[in-house]
Order: sequence, then C-alpha cells, then structure tokens
Amino acid sequence: MSAVLSVPAPSGGFVARALRHPSFAIGAVLTLLLLAAAALSLVWSPYPPAELDIPNKLQAASAAHWFGTDSLGRDIASQLLVGARASILVGVFAVLIGFSIGTALGLLASARGGWVEEAVMRLSDFTFAFPALLSAILLGAIYGPGLVTGIVAIGVFNIPVFARVTRGAANAIWSREYVLAARAAGKNRWHITWDHVVPNIASALIVQATNQFATAIIAEAALSYLGLGTQPPMPSWGRMLNEAQTQMFQAPMLAVYPGMAIVLAVLGLNLMGDGLRDLLDPKLARKR
Amino acid sequence: MSVFLLKRFATFLATLAVASVLVFAVLDVLPGNVAQVILGDTATPESIAALEKKLGLDRSVLVRYTDWVGGLLRGQTAQSYSYDTPTATLIAERLQVKLPLALMAMMFTVLIGITLGIFAAARQNRAGDVGVMALSQLGIAVPSFWFAILLILLFAVKLQWVSAGGFPGWSPDDGGGLGPGLLALLLPAVALAAVQAAVLARWTRSSVLETLREDYVRTARAKGLSRRAVLWKHVLRNAMIPVLTILGLQFAFLISGTVVVENVFVLPGIGRLVFQAIANRDLVVVRDVVLLLVAMVVVVNFVVDVLYAAVDPRLKASDA
Repeated sequence: MSAVLSVPAPSGGFVARALRHPSFAIGAVLTLLLLAAAALSLVWSPYPPAELDIPNKLQAASAAHWFGTDSLGRDIASQLLVGARASILVGVFAVLIGFSIGTALGLLASARGGWVEEAVMRLSDFTFAFPALLSAILLGAIYGPGLVTGIVAIGVFNIPVFARVTRGAANAIWSREYVLAARAAGKNRWHITWDHVVPNIASALIVQATNQFATAIIAEAALSYLGLGTQPPMPSWGRMLNEAQTQMFQAPMLAVYPGMAIVLAVLGLNLMGDGLRDLLDPKLARKR
Repeated sequence: MSVFLLKRFATFLATLAVASVLVFAVLDVLPGNVAQVILGDTATPESIAALEKKLGLDRSVLVRYTDWVGGLLRGQTAQSYSYDTPTATLIAERLQVKLPLALMAMMFTVLIGITLGIFAAARQNRAGDVGVMALSQLGIAVPSFWFAILLILLFAVKLQWVSAGGFPGWSPDDGGGLGPGLLALLLPAVALAAVQAAVLARWTRSSVLETLREDYVRTARAKGLSRRAVLWKHVLRNAMIPVLTILGLQFAFLISGTVVVENVFVLPGIGRLVFQAIANRDLVVVRDVVLLLVAMVVVVNFVVDVLYAAVDPRLKASDA
C-alpha cells in the first residue's frame, strides 16, 4: 500500500508530462531534428548533394564544407541532409506495410481464435525465418536492388512483429469484463474489435511503430551499405559508409559522420518509444 | 518426447518445407525465363536455349523442385553458373569462416550481455545500473557494420595492430593457421557481439529484476539467505528461461548479421559469395545460400524450443 501511495499521481496534461519525461524529451528533440533535416533538404542544402568537385576532393571540415568533401568532391553535409530522406522514406513505408498487414492479421487472429489464430501465428513464425536481409537478397537477385526492394524486404519482416504484438495485446483486452458485457449485449466480434479492442491497444502499437521505425533505419543503412538498398544518385547514409570505407586511410572522418547520423536518428526514436511506453502505460512505468 | 516437442518438430519440418517452396518460387518461377534473367537482355535466343537446357529449365516446375530438394537431401547440389562448381562445395568453403564467426560472436554476446545484465540488476537504480543501461541504449542504436568500421579505424588505421580485413585461412600451408584465423575473426566477432550484448543486457536485467520480485525469493531471503546467495542459487536459473528465447532470436540475427560484417572485413564468407552471385546473376547460388540461411534460423529456433523444454519442466508436461 505504502509503495503505491509513494508514487506520485501523474499531474498535468499529456504534453506537460511528456516534456518532463527525460527519455521522451531527448528522443523527441532528436527525432524532430531528423525530420527537420529531411524537410530542409527538400528546399535547401549547402550544395547539390550529387555535384562533383574533383579539385576539392577529400577536403577537411571548414566553413565552406561543414563536414568536408568525399573522394569525388561532393559535400558531406549536403549528402547527410538529403540522406535523411531515404531513411525516413524507408522507415515510414516499411512500418506502414508491417503495421497495416500485421495489425489486421493480429486482430483477426485474436477475434477468431482457434485454427485462424494458429494459422496466423505459424505464418508469423515462418516470416521470422526471413530476416530483411534475406528477403532483400531474394528480391535483389530478381528485380535488382533499389529503394523499393529495401522497403518491401523490411516491411515484410515487420508484418509478424506487428501481428504478434497486436494479437498479444488484443487477447488481453478480449478477456476483460467490459468486452464480456459487450458480447452479452449482442455486439458481434468485429464491432467489439473496432469499438473496444483497437482503442485499447493503440498505445502499444504506437510504441511498437516507433521502435520498428528505428529498426528500419538501421536495416535500410545496412542494405544500402551492401548495395541492395537506395541507389545512386539518391544519397543514403549506408552507401556513404560504403564509399567512405575505401578512403579510410586518407579521410577517416568520412566513415564517422554518416554513422553518427544513423545512431542519433535511431537513438532518438528508441528513446521516444521508451518514453511513450512510460507515458501511455503508467503502470509499467511504476514497475520499471 | 513430449507433445510440446513433437508439435515443435512438426512446425520445424513444415517451416523448412514451406521455405523451400517459397525460395524456389521466387527464384525459379516468378522471374519468368530464368535463363533470360541470368544472361541479361542482350542474350541471343541460342545462348538462352543452351542455358535453359543446362539448367534443366525445359522440365516441369514440379520435377525441377523435387530434383532440387532431393538433391539437397542427398548432398548433390546444382552447378553454379558462374563458378562451374557444385554450390555445396562453394558453400562448405564459405561456412568455414561464417560458422566460427557466428559462434565467436555469440560467445562474446553471452559473456558480455549476461554479465552486464546481472551486474545492473544487482545494483538497480544505482550508478552502475544507470551506466550499463545508458551504454546499452547507445549500443542498440549503433549498427554493427558501422561499429565494425570504427574498430577498423581504431585498430587497423590508427594503432595499426591488425590488418583492415581479409582472412589468412585455417591451414598453415596457406600461410594461416588457427591463431591467425581466430585473430582475423576477433574484430568482426566483437563488432557483431557489441550490439547484441547491449540488447541481451537489457533483457537479462529486466528478467532478473522480475524474478527478484517472486514470492519464493522473498521466502529465501526471510530464511536468512544473503542477497548474493539468493541471486546465484534461486534467481539466475529462473531468470535465464526468458533470456534463452532472446538468445535464440539473437543467434538468428547473427546468422544474417555476419553477412554484412563479413563484407566490412572482406572475409570470404557466405556474404561475399551471395553478393558476387547477385552481381553475376547466379540464381542457383542465391537460391541455395538463401535456403541454407533460412534453414539455419529455423534450426536455431527449434534448438531453443528443445532447450526451453529442458530448463522449464512445465513445458514438457504441457500441450503448449
């Protein structure tokens, strides 16, 4: 009892509580920076990111080139800014694919139960055997590497993740008294799913979507590093690392900046996801 | 064998069978004319016809599939189009690098991850715990291939202690040997393990803390056992059950993760084989490598299920 009483009740609105939550606040700032970088690159970048300037290749950081230039004289800062677009594009679409199909399958499994639930879960197990990299290899071998290959490969791997989370969270809701009451009142399972299950699992899905977004950014970078993801001339952080590796002895910092950008973006999303989980599920926050 | 394990074994076999159908469909059926895909748009009809005959594409889909799977089961694989060597030979050579790398990485993951997780849990909310959790939060955000590049920058470029990549081989006749071979795999294994250890440390910590809240732990403490004795005698065994599941998932990730890190260190592993095969449009090699990697993931998951049943007697008795 005393332990419960010692926990202060959350005060203020969601925004006020969010701003006071260190993980969420730091994560939100980093995520906003990522979004701002991508948005800014649509209207402005210090130089055109694909512009070659061989006489000024491998320049160190300076006022003219904030992070220097690469082996072809391209401005690193401009490539980093525009590269944020590829990360966000792949992250958003890969999460959308996983979210839409996975959540639908998870809700279906939970609402129907029985063999449908068993089939959906076995399908999830099966999809887990195909990490994004393997799907990208398969698709890349046939259709060639590219942004779409990366999005589909990462998106497909997200499907079972969302299906499992949705089914687990939804099953917990189906056992609640108010759902029993709704069933007794004659509501069919699809109305109950829409009216009671979906609103109550939304927070878990938002947190999962944030985490999968972060995972997608790392996966996109890995695929682009291997040449299976974003293709030239569109800059991507993963491909910048690949190109930097050939210049490590002459310009080691080229291999540092894109990695830092990936880490900050992923760290931001992960911290925001952790913060959201605490804010949306205060019971969990007290346990931690 | 318990019902649980029988069900898991049936799932294991079914997953392998469905995976083989899917891989075959994607690489042998979906592209339309495989010979055309391999030879490209500039190929002449004669060269396409010759390759179709060589690859056996003039036979029905069902015959080709059963031939492929039957050959795999007998250890007789198709000839690689670009290497003119059976794919089993190519893959066996590359596994000599990939498997030791994955095992080394897993060993480091377990050592670092579980140690840090227990350390943090034993010091919950104190400086050590906060430090480990901050480090693991950062570790989770670092792509393993970038960490690999940083290790090369530090140890090969800056300190010049090791070479920036390559593999000398396991045989002294080739200029390698066990020592040089293991040394060449050390940095790649550390790069892979660092990120996975960060994940494992978080899971171990939360699992240990969860177990510490159990009634039997309180009873053991009430009996007069020290906190340390309770931790080692009662908590760890039970806390490791969920950790085992995570380890299984991590090993599956390591299997594909090694493909990327092999490329960073220019190791002659499965990763380089498959990327060269994609570049050469050698679909036979891609097909067999992808199925092998999927099979490895499925086998690891099955082994975890078996271990799970071994450490948690409740599962053996249940129909779960």
